[in-house]
Amino acid sequence: MNWMTRELKHLRKNKELILLSLPGLAYKFIFYYLPLVGLLIAFKNYRYDKGLFGSAWVGFEHFKFFFTSDVSWRVTRNTVLYNLSFIVLNTVIALALAVLMNELTKRWFKVHQTILFLPYFLSWVVVGYITSGFLDYEHGAVNTLIAKFGWNPVNWYQEASYWPFILILVELWKAVGFQTLVYYAGIVAIDPSYYEAARIDGATKWQMIRGITIPMLTPLIVILFILGVGGIFRADFGLFYYVPNDSSFLYPVSDVVDTYIIRTLRSIGDVGMSTAIGLYQSVVGLVCVVAANFIVRKINDENALW
Amino acid sequence: MKLTLSKGRVIVHFVYAIISAAMLIPFLLVVSISISDDDLLNKDGYKWIPEKINLLGYQVMLKASSALVRAYGVTIVVTVIGTLLGLLLTTMLAYTISRRDFRYRGPVTFYIFFSMLFQAGIVPLYILMTQYLHLRNTIWALILPLLINPFYVMIMRGFLAKIPGEIIESVKMDGASEWRIFAQIVLPLSKPALVTIGLMLAFGYWNDWFYGLLLIDEQKLVPLQLLLYRNINAIEFLKGNPAVQRLGVDYSHLPTLSARMAMTILAAGPMMIVFPFFQKYFVSGLTVGALKE
Repeated sequence: MNWMTRELKHLRKNKELILLSLPGLAYKFIFYYLPLVGLLIAFKNYRYDKGLFGSAWVGFEHFKFFFTSDVSWRVTRNTVLYNLSFIVLNTVIALALAVLMNELTKRWFKVHQTILFLPYFLSWVVVGYITSGFLDYEHGAVNTLIAKFGWNPVNWYQEASYWPFILILVELWKAVGFQTLVYYAGIVAIDPSYYEAARIDGATKWQMIRGITIPMLTPLIVILFILGVGGIFRADFGLFYYVPNDSSFLYPVSDVVDTYIIRTLRSIGDVGMSTAIGLYQSVVGLVCVVAANFIVRKINDENALW
Repeated sequence: MKLTLSKGRVIVHFVYAIISAAMLIPFLLVVSISISDDDLLNKDGYKWIPEKINLLGYQVMLKASSALVRAYGVTIVVTVIGTLLGLLLTTMLAYTISRRDFRYRGPVTFYIFFSMLFQAGIVPLYILMTQYLHLRNTIWALILPLLINPFYVMIMRGFLAKIPGEIIESVKMDGASEWRIFAQIVLPLSKPALVTIGLMLAFGYWNDWFYGLLLIDEQKLVPLQLLLYRNINAIEFLKGNPAVQRLGVDYSHLPTLSARMAMTILAAGPMMIVFPFFQKYFVSGLTVGALKE
């Protein structure tokens, strides 16, 4: 009882702050925590007329079906490999650009920052059209250029072999500006007295970057890395749907977990199956992020996300 | 900042000039196609510099398409409501967990943080929205799913945590309520973060097609990006449109190629113009490093 009265007192004391957080908490409850209950669909033969609790149980049927099909390996491989390439390339290039950005004069800094950031604010639909401007078979700029050299035009939307490079290039073009700015914000936050001291000791620029900038940014790099690993099973649907124009010729290299889920839901209408694949994606993602955090914590306790 | 440029600095500026030019190439191509003469595009293909400037693509899109005007309306409404409401809720939530003296800070932070690590996926949300909340074909279907992003809450919290506790403490001594502290002290102090997160929310809403694709079938509620996507094959909807006739365009001769890119620019353009005005807040607003405790 004593405990309860004390807690009530605390509740009263924190009343206003609780009220401030309440709308957000309620939103999260409805749009995040309630759908978690919907994961039951993964183990059911969902029927719209019978609803979530009325539909019949099927156990692990959906998972069995998915994992014995060829598609499961294809979409898993594509998703993981693309995300790994994005994490590595984005981090390295954005880090390099952020370090260089710090050396720009004020006027040019603004110009380059704006330009680098612009593609980040385009929708994937727009990026899809831009890509078609380059790769359209009949009119595309690339084929027009190729024709000038007297070579045969390439049917880009039917040739799977080029697409890993195209997709990585498009993703980098769109995303690298944001990452660069995040790292640049990290660099700006470094205490200038470190650099002063290094300069007095006669350190070169390169030594300062290696000895101050990179170590000071390591916690930030690690956080973004852990979050990246957590999302390694989650692909950017727009990139893999609109940029290859949903061309089925390209599925071997463009089909990822997310595009497959939406296809299963929309064209086949298999609600249970698509929930099951989504659950698989979420569970593996959670395991990955916990593992990544665990490893980081083993190496250096301070850099772990939690 | 020294006025003399060292050799290294010159190289850095040179490298950046090349990178920026490369980043701009795709934009140039689309602009060039959109203002090109359609017959020449058909004959010679897409080029970075138009052979002959012809704005018929824009004219056709702007004058003839009531669908486009309507989609602009839907997107603007969704963006304004979503951004304002989302920003308010995000900041309120982030503020409480930035306060070290809030007793339930730990559990609330975890409640938010966990949603970054594990998601139910799209299908349960889809079922909830359509079968239980009955939001299909309503404007809320476009607003609610994107309202609070846990990542933004964490960024906002990192920023708000930098407001010195003494300021809040001293106002509290004077008997100000938490609401007043929040509205009159905290909000004015966090302008860079509000602008940064507000812009991210606005861009998210402006560029969204996903929830439209899933939850909107009615033509009058189709947002801009989804309309752009639906017209991927043809500018068919222009045919038989009396306004096109008034432009004196032959139906068999619609400027499809340039009009398509003109529409791409019309869909992306407004945000591209807005962004540079707020850009200066971004560096101070983006304190992702403060994501963890």
